[in-house]
This record gives sequence, structure tokens and C-alpha cells, in this order.
Amino acid sequence: MNLQGKTALVTGASRGIGREIALELARLGANVVVNYAGNESMAAAVAEEIKALGGECFIHRANVADSEQVQQMVKETIDRFGQLHILVNNAGITRDNLLMRMKDSEWDDVMNTNLKGVFLTTKAVTRQMMKQRDGRIINISSIVGFSGNAGQVNYSATKAGIIGLTKSTAKELASRNITVNAVAPGFITTDMTDQLSEEVKQELYKQIPLGRLGEPKDIAKTVAFLASDNSSYITGQTIHVNGGMYM
Amino acid sequence: MSEVLERVTKIIVDRLGVDESKVTLEATFKDDLGADSLDVVELVMELEDEFGLQFSDEDSEKILTVGNAVDYINSKL
Repeated sequence: MNLQGKTALVTGASRGIGREIALELARLGANVVVNYAGNESMAAAVAEEIKALGGECFIHRANVADSEQVQQMVKETIDRFGQLHILVNNAGITRDNLLMRMKDSEWDDVMNTNLKGVFLTTKAVTRQMMKQRDGRIINISSIVGFSGNAGQVNYSATKAGIIGLTKSTAKELASRNITVNAVAPGFITTDMTDQLSEEVKQELYKQIPLGRLGEPKDIAKTVAFLASDNSSYITGQTIHVNGGMYM
Repeated sequence: MSEVLERVTKIIVDRLGVDESKVTLEATFKDDLGADSLDVVELVMELEDEFGLQFSDEDSEKILTVGNAVDYINSKL
């Protein structure tokens, strides 16, 4: 696979799965914009790694739930690289709580970042991708959008919502050679899952046929496939990367 | 033919692949020129670039005919 000459924008790329996606796309030759919400030093570290790989890269702070900030980020990307081929909507947060205890603000925060953020960023890149007659949009969903998860009514709703958004966008933009797909990770070793207790993890292993948590690179390689020419006839689909935990 | 109409016509002919004779002021994009809704969005984008204008979403929705587009552009120039 080769992404030489392509430009990719990865949201939430300072750590976890997003970081690995940014690095993988850079390894394949893409120019990468590393979006982050708050942690500048970690974003800068990702950029350093990409530059060490010989890739073109810059970091850009933007809250994906803020329309103006998103539009500015996309504009800077196009000003800098002239084009934009690949968008990876990865930015996501959790505010876990039982339904009975969940505050409105916990619901709203997760909706805004995880779902509205995908809408705003996708809308912002569409003009450029339509002009190019070339685009790849990859949305990061989650296993819990399909299976549900106690304590995550907000998060799981956004991750299921991403699937509907993915399919509708795929139908709208297919005639312009823009593909839109989703990747639904299972439990992956990141800061998000590090918070789980050892006991919970042992229980998890029993539910995962492949017997281990996934690695960020498992997701990154799937995203890279969907960003490449190898997947040009795939659109509106969800690839589950979960060790068989949900089939 | 006005200069605006000439430039608008050229974009429509290029984008929709229709014969220039069909591009009259009364022609509707969807029924007469065979554009689908995404084509119309794209046409508006190209007109924005061509004339250095920004069409609001509200205004864009009112542009149904070639004449609507020409009038709108003239009112903004």
C-alpha cells in the first residue's frame, strides 16, 4: 500500500488509536495533519515521529465540536498541502455513568465531540473532496455502538449514530468518488481502556475469542487499508476489529 | 449576452455536459438541465469560486433557474 502524495487529516491524533493512525498513514507516505484538542506536547511528539519517518506534517489545535475551528483547520490543511484526500474522524471522549445518574452535560459533551464533531469535520472537507473527485472518509465507531455497554448510554449512542451518518454520507458522495466507511474497534489498549481494573480485563479476555485486547496498530492498519486504493470499491461499510468479541 | 451570463453558461456547460443552446435564463437546473441536487450544490460552489462570492445556504436554495443565478450574482457584484 502506498499513500505517497496524499494528504490526511486525523482528528484526536495526539494519543491512543488516533496517534497510531497518523503514524501509519505517514509510514505509507501521506502528508498528515495531527489534530488535537488540548495536549500540545503529545501532538508535537507525534509530529516529531512523523518527521523522523521523513513525512510532511503539522499539528493543529481544534475542538471538533466547534464549526469555526473545524473550518479553519480544513482551510489551513488545504492552504498548506493544496489537497485533502483522507479524513479520519477519530476524536472521541467518554463521560461514563449509569443512565440513572448521567447528567445532561455528560450526555451533551459526548454527543458534541463524538457525533457532531464527525458531522462538522465531514461537512468541512466535502467541498475539497468533491472538487478533487477523490476522497476517503473513515469514521471510528466502536463495538459498544453495536453491543451496548452498561455505563455508556451516551458513548454507545454516538458510536451507533456514526454508523447511520457513515451510510448516509456514503450514499450522498459516492457519485463523486468519495468513499465513507467506519471501523468499529473492540477493546484496544489505550488510555481509555487502561482505566479498567485488572478484574474487568480478565473478564473481558473470556469474551474475546482471540484472547487478548487489540493494539492501536490493529486499528491503524485497517484504517490505512480503507484510505488506500485497495479499498476503492468499498463504501458505506463497517469493519469490526475486535478479536471476534462481536460478530 | 451579458458577461455574467456568459461565464455562468460556460460553467453549466462544462459541469452538466449540456448543449449551450439549452442554457437559457428560464431553464431550471433540475428539470431542464438534468442536474441532481448534488450537481446544483457543486454548481453553486463553482460559481462562488468564479465570482469570488459566498452564497448563503438560504440564498442557494432559491436558485432554481439559470436566471436566478445570474440575477443573484449581479445583485452581489
